[in-house]
Amino acid sequence: MSNTLLISLLVLGILGAVLAVVLYIVAQRFKVEENPLIDEAEACLPGANCGGCGFAGCRALAEACVKQAAEKGNIDGLACPGTDMGKVAAVLGLTATAFEPKIAVVRCNGSCQNSPAKVHYEGAEICAFANTLYAGKGGCSKGCLGLGDCVKKCNFGALHIDKETGLPVVDPDKCVGCGVCAKTCPRGIIEIRPRGKKDRRVYVCCSNTDKGALVIKNCSVGCIGCQKCLKECPFEAIEMRGNLAYIDPAKCKACGKCAKVCPRGAIHTVNFPAPKPQTEQPAEAPKVELEKPVTV
Amino acid sequence: MNNYTISGSPHVHSTENTRKIMYRVILALVPALLVAIYYFGWYALRLTLVTVATCMLTEWLIQKYLIKGPLTINDGSAILTGLLLAFNVPANLPIWMAIVGSVFAIGVGKMAFGGLGKNPFNPALVGRVFMLVSFPTAMTTWPQVAPIFKAGFFTDAVTGPTPLGLLKESGATSLDHMQFVDMVLGNRGGAFGEVCAIALLIGAIYLIARKVIDIATPLSILLTVFVFTGIFYLVDPTQYIAPWYHLVYGGLILGAFFMATDMVTSPMTVRGKILFGVGIGLITVVIRLWGAYPEGVSFAILIMNAFTPLINKAFKPQVFGVVKPSKK
Amino acid sequence: MNPIKTFHKGGVHPEENKFSADQPIQDFPMPKQIIVPLGQCLGAPAECIVNKGDRVLTGQLIGTAKGFISANVHSPATGTVAKVDVVMDHTGYYKPAVFIDREENDEWAPGIIVTDELLTDIKLDSKAIIDKVKECGIVGMGGATFPTHVKLMVPEGKKAEYVIINAAECEPYLTCDYRLLLEKTQEFLIGVKILMKAVNTDKGIIGIETNKIKAIELLDKTINEHRDLYAGIEVQPLKTKYPQGGEKQIIKAITGREVPSGKLPIETGCVVVNVASTYAVYEAVQKNKPLIDRIVTVTGKSVKKPSNFRCRFGVPADLLIEAAGGLPEDITDVINGGPMMGKSVSVTSFPTMKGTSGILLMTLREAQDRRQTNCIRCGRCAKACPMGLQPFLLHKVAKLNDFDETEKNHIMDCIECGSCEFTCPANIPLLDYIRYGKAKTGAIIKARSQK
Repeated sequence: MSNTLLISLLVLGILGAVLAVVLYIVAQRFKVEENPLIDEAEACLPGANCGGCGFAGCRALAEACVKQAAEKGNIDGLACPGTDMGKVAAVLGLTATAFEPKIAVVRCNGSCQNSPAKVHYEGAEICAFANTLYAGKGGCSKGCLGLGDCVKKCNFGALHIDKETGLPVVDPDKCVGCGVCAKTCPRGIIEIRPRGKKDRRVYVCCSNTDKGALVIKNCSVGCIGCQKCLKECPFEAIEMRGNLAYIDPAKCKACGKCAKVCPRGAIHTVNFPAPKPQTEQPAEAPKVELEKPVTV
Repeated sequence: MNNYTISGSPHVHSTENTRKIMYRVILALVPALLVAIYYFGWYALRLTLVTVATCMLTEWLIQKYLIKGPLTINDGSAILTGLLLAFNVPANLPIWMAIVGSVFAIGVGKMAFGGLGKNPFNPALVGRVFMLVSFPTAMTTWPQVAPIFKAGFFTDAVTGPTPLGLLKESGATSLDHMQFVDMVLGNRGGAFGEVCAIALLIGAIYLIARKVIDIATPLSILLTVFVFTGIFYLVDPTQYIAPWYHLVYGGLILGAFFMATDMVTSPMTVRGKILFGVGIGLITVVIRLWGAYPEGVSFAILIMNAFTPLINKAFKPQVFGVVKPSKK
Repeated sequence: MNPIKTFHKGGVHPEENKFSADQPIQDFPMPKQIIVPLGQCLGAPAECIVNKGDRVLTGQLIGTAKGFISANVHSPATGTVAKVDVVMDHTGYYKPAVFIDREENDEWAPGIIVTDELLTDIKLDSKAIIDKVKECGIVGMGGATFPTHVKLMVPEGKKAEYVIINAAECEPYLTCDYRLLLEKTQEFLIGVKILMKAVNTDKGIIGIETNKIKAIELLDKTINEHRDLYAGIEVQPLKTKYPQGGEKQIIKAITGREVPSGKLPIETGCVVVNVASTYAVYEAVQKNKPLIDRIVTVTGKSVKKPSNFRCRFGVPADLLIEAAGGLPEDITDVINGGPMMGKSVSVTSFPTMKGTSGILLMTLREAQDRRQTNCIRCGRCAKACPMGLQPFLLHKVAKLNDFDETEKNHIMDCIECGSCEFTCPANIPLLDYIRYGKAKTGAIIKARSQK
């Protein structure tokens, strides 16, 4: 009995030892030399492999950075949208470049309340497909379909569909502004905008370029292209894209004046101090006569 | 305004659904169940009720508290698993063993993979094989048939060997006293659902007529077993029994028509189904003739279940307008 | 009657429900204002050539084709252009359209023969016929609305052996083609002759499903009575099975040839034209009348008067529904087209167009909420697929956005007939996902070929 035990122990022990040696030799023989800087650079990146930088993943971007740093002495043009590339530059012994943090912004407020459902959708839960089938529950052909293609694509878990409104919500703490959602949205509703100073930003929460009369039919908070904000803006930061106002983030100083004049409450301000008691209900704007739609 | 429904075409659907399919299979098993109650009395009924109830309860608990997904307990698939499991064990199996087997069948055989449609192996067979290797004695002590009008409804059954068991132990001559007609009618020992070939075939014909199962799988299994065992019978009739006995012994009919045809775990194309059936037939015969167990249908089906994804990959339907390169 | 033929791969048999089969075609009265969409065919919408305030005559060109795959649009009525604006089509999207305030009486554009007289003599030659078809804006009126003149232009090096008239009408409910065959038999047959002349062939085959036995008998009888006139035309009965009227399926059923994957039907020497389009070709070539009306079937299980209307384009669909007995209470789905391939309607005020073969009102029972369950891998979808595809697999890989795999599994061969989804016992929206995958895969292939 003890003999059997001994033999099996010996056989397996020797086998293990021999294989260990073989493994060691193979590992040494086929070792791939890699620049340790790649690992260090990769460590600075988020590691979500979202592809927002244009490379296959974070490691690919790190490799490209190391390579370009060695060849040209800079990492210009290589950027992870969600990370301060200065950290990577520091690792590689280069000077840091300016970094502007960005965030995804959903430019539609056509919630179940603001744009009540006229039809009932019963099909595949894919926006890209629903987009080919109909204009949308509320009838707005430029509005959010609410089936969450963006949510499925987000690598950072920064998006979810709000059950109350049926619209996607961006979690500012998780969003890195990689832009995958913006590319995914079949209606181009999501835009990547700079977070702005003190995380304050102003944007038009609508994507409908149709004439005002058509927008009003389907949505109570859609931009009708009245151009009031355009006239109000002291910095000429607002331009018209079709019948839709667009705030150029490069020119916008986040004063928030436009939001106050918008008759539809379509301009949203984020992280502004709470309004004073007198102007408590800026969203509940007085009904105004529809301005003559502007044709472009 | 009218709230119209927006959906992609087609806007009409056949009235078929998963529930209907499952309940049709259950209906097809009823004749065999009645025969089993006739032969084994209270034991058969009790066992069936226990396995079905345990399977349903297990599935419900797992869906409700572990997966926390939609409850699909009324789709009939758990009932079917319980029924098939009961059909595959001796009628006098202790109740606690049946409960353990049912929990294993649903819990490990089905829900661990994500529920109906995602399990690679037939859950009833998983449960059966689990019990077979865990409780070998209880699972191979077969009660002898005793029609209830003779023995009474609640009588304890006398145990005895199955035809295949006898064959394994004592060779072909030991079966001389058994009549083929008795075999077909179920007047023999065995797992309670598999004893009566006629009752099973009635159910099978119903399923084929309602297009629930495809005849390709069972036919290829039976033909393979027949041909394979026939060859050995011709070579040496004293050592091997005739092929027609092989067809009606053990769980071949039950396995071929009700277990191997399980949609989830069998191939999709007809060519794939034929290969699948031939494989089951060959493995069954190999186990029956040379294996340690007297019966091999369960193992054969489980082994071929594992090959199903491969078979599905290899045998794809011919795409319209695509000419096979070899034909040119 | 010729022996019945069919295609063999896949197919399903939905309930036929041809309620309006015995309803003769009625001329639909025109409303005060009609709205003529400019994009009535597959491909680019036409370019508007009239302005607000212009007076237009019935049959006058108001939109010219833009691009290779596009078709002209003509005014269906006499009146004044109220505005050129956008109108909601059946999907709820805004599309460009011409609004015309109608005058009481039709004043036809010059050159159009309005009489009902049967003109049997085909004067134009092949090229002139194709030009005429193009000029008159004729498209495939089965629903796909592919411009007919593009079909008739046989590419160099190819030869059209057969003209196949697709009279299968395999969609349940719809009866517009069937009524046309019964009521305009001679005109239709001359249309077939014109098409045969256009592509230079002497063989024309009309494929009809056997559930339209009256039409088969009538066509056979007419052809036999006028052997000299309709030489070379044959009627081929086809088994009643969906999708018998799929272009590839009807070619396979009639000639036994398979259109190679990714190729056009002309590869098999066949040109397939729809019944309504054939009749339109007759009117265009013999009477110089552009395509301004069509037969529309308005039907449904709870519709009071299922009807076949001859309707000018631009009439809002709700008027047609009104004329068929009004919108029943229990309607949950309105479909533009047939139940298998038609499109869901968001608003019933959409204008009728060249592709509006039917307006189907479905009740809750037919279009009930279908709860989706897990795929049980039964393989019924693969069995039902007339193209030999594996819908369950395509559904899975499309859902995973794996477009290499969709392409490898021939997603582009899908004809979107819906047989897979029809037969699925787990109620999975297979076709929705396949369509999505097909669109994405198609875009990837296109981008690759442009590189």
